[in-house]
Amino acid sequence: MKLLEHEAKEILKARGIPVPPNGGVIKTTAGLAAAMKRAGKAPWVLKAQVLAGGRGKAGGIKLAKTPKEAKALAKAMLGMDLITHQTHGHALKVKELLVEGGVKIEREIYLSVVMDRRAAAPAIIASAQGGMEIETLAAEHPEAIIRMTVDPNTGLPDFQARRLAFALKVPADRVGAFVKVAKTLVRAFLDLDCSMLEINPLVLTPTGVVALDAKVVTDDNALFRHPDLAAKPDHEATALETAAKKADISYVGLDGNIGCMVNGAGLAMGTMDTIALAGGSPANFLDVGGGANEERVTKALNIILKDKKVKAVLVNIFGGIVKCDMIAAGVVGALKKIKLKVPLVVRLQGTNVEQGKEILAKSGIALIQADDLWDAARKAVEAVK
Amino acid sequence: MAIILDKDSKIVVQGFTGSQGTFHSRQCLEYGTRIVAGVTPGRGGTTHLDRPVFDTVHDAVRGTDAFVSLIFVPAPFAADAIMEAVDGGCSTVICITEGIPVLDMARVKRFLSRAESSGREITLVGPNCPGVITPGQCKAGIMPGFIHKPGSIGVVSRSGTLTYEAVDQLTKRGLGQSTVVGIGGDPIAGSSFTDILAKFEADPETEAVVMIGEIGGSAEEEAARFFKEKMSKPVFGFIAGKSAPEGRRMGHAGAIVEGASGTHASKVKAMREAGITMVENLSEIGETVAKSRRPLAA
Repeated sequence: MKLLEHEAKEILKARGIPVPPNGGVIKTTAGLAAAMKRAGKAPWVLKAQVLAGGRGKAGGIKLAKTPKEAKALAKAMLGMDLITHQTHGHALKVKELLVEGGVKIEREIYLSVVMDRRAAAPAIIASAQGGMEIETLAAEHPEAIIRMTVDPNTGLPDFQARRLAFALKVPADRVGAFVKVAKTLVRAFLDLDCSMLEINPLVLTPTGVVALDAKVVTDDNALFRHPDLAAKPDHEATALETAAKKADISYVGLDGNIGCMVNGAGLAMGTMDTIALAGGSPANFLDVGGGANEERVTKALNIILKDKKVKAVLVNIFGGIVKCDMIAAGVVGALKKIKLKVPLVVRLQGTNVEQGKEILAKSGIALIQADDLWDAARKAVEAVK
Repeated sequence: MAIILDKDSKIVVQGFTGSQGTFHSRQCLEYGTRIVAGVTPGRGGTTHLDRPVFDTVHDAVRGTDAFVSLIFVPAPFAADAIMEAVDGGCSTVICITEGIPVLDMARVKRFLSRAESSGREITLVGPNCPGVITPGQCKAGIMPGFIHKPGSIGVVSRSGTLTYEAVDQLTKRGLGQSTVVGIGGDPIAGSSFTDILAKFEADPETEAVVMIGEIGGSAEEEAARFFKEKMSKPVFGFIAGKSAPEGRRMGHAGAIVEGASGTHASKVKAMREAGITMVENLSEIGETVAKSRRPLAA
């Protein structure tokens, strides 16, 4: 789960990492004056709270030198559609602005902790050239990137943090402040089960270091031991995705018009790919889970059909230990409750497949049966034409 | 002899008496798997499915000579269960559990490398996987046994049902499997593709390998390098997730494209350039392997 900048900064601040003077988050211009007062003297920075990098270039971060200017900017920014290079052409509606006081910037550093899958351990990624997107930096200046593996049991020892500070050419009088921030950042990563914790940029001010921006991505698998994080809303999830999560169904909305219900994540991806290969476009990823019984099939179909783009549904189930006749009975039961207005293609394979097909055929429900996945995908693509 | 498991593999099941453990242990026993013991803390001294139950893996290993552990312990306790299996003396650990925190697995990997540096050889398969099956000999996992058939094709995959799909296609074309290994869909896995490919390369009963990857991470790219440098047997590859959007997790915790890393295109390119036969259409995995093997059979 990704946290918004202001949520990430609250976490860092609580642990003692310096952040800019915080005026709070506003949803309307009514709260602006009070927020600016809390943030202190001019200038002020208004920052759109959306989950995407590249906000600055897209107009989502603005500097205001006077209250009048701040008000005009806030009015323009609240409700704006933000498209950055990371939003893939989709617009993100700006609903909240973070109001902060300005910070004197001497230099910008990139500092993050990520889970390094290959090393099977956390790793620090850092660069003396902060402020740039790390991917741009990696492409243009790979030599400027410092990587360090971190022991997940011990965290970052002082000597490793000092080595990092000197490699980043932090001036001697601010090494102490930097070491504290680096160690705290790693500790937060380990304590909160993060998959990414990024400060970009971490700025050197004349007297210390300040986290100007912050990004936190948490490991969903570990939310059971972080009730405070688990209680936060998932800002990235659509209403449908949130509903699916509540029903314990793994669902990701896509742009196409063929809804998919599949058992297993790999086969669900494989089904999407097969639809695309057959010339169609999947409307979603959906893993109905191992026990594809009537209740789960009903829930999954309800979620798929709430997406108004869906013009056909493809059900692809490989019956392993769950038998195809049980699944077929589940599909038939679900379709008795849901009035289906779009074509439905069903492909069953595995245990008791013949009995399953017979149950579907005898049910009297209008559905298209398919033998293999390729056949099913072509029939679904044909059905939406 | 296939890889990882054979008919002589003696297995202890951790989480034996729970609902998942009971259901799947029964299926494994029906397949002929030699489950010799179970572990459930606090239930030591009882019997379950006609097998003795122990409080600890340590006791189970000493009481029964089990050397393989199969884990159905719930996610919050599963990393600890893996370490208990290794500490108790198991040399092979197969963890089915889904949803283990990634940091827990990072700590497990450190624990494993410490055990290995003292000279032990340990194979951890999973977590978040269907398990391992050597058809006709031993099934340690949740896969449907009947779709498999003994033979000479090794299968290794990050996904469960996608593996069943591939195995079913192979079996229907008369192509049996030496061993089928699900390495799991998590960001940090016990065994990588490379680890399993190395075992298949060394196994005299395996003649060719089907490797099923998916988006996220770089395990497929590393396996491609291993194939090019170290393998003589043919490998057939498929990568799931071509149509998945960037930055979104596709069910599996590890199936996510992060910026330019872990993309479908990068994996297919690396594998193809290394000389692996890539299959584009999921429905054609069995057919592609069958076609390439016909001249050999004739």
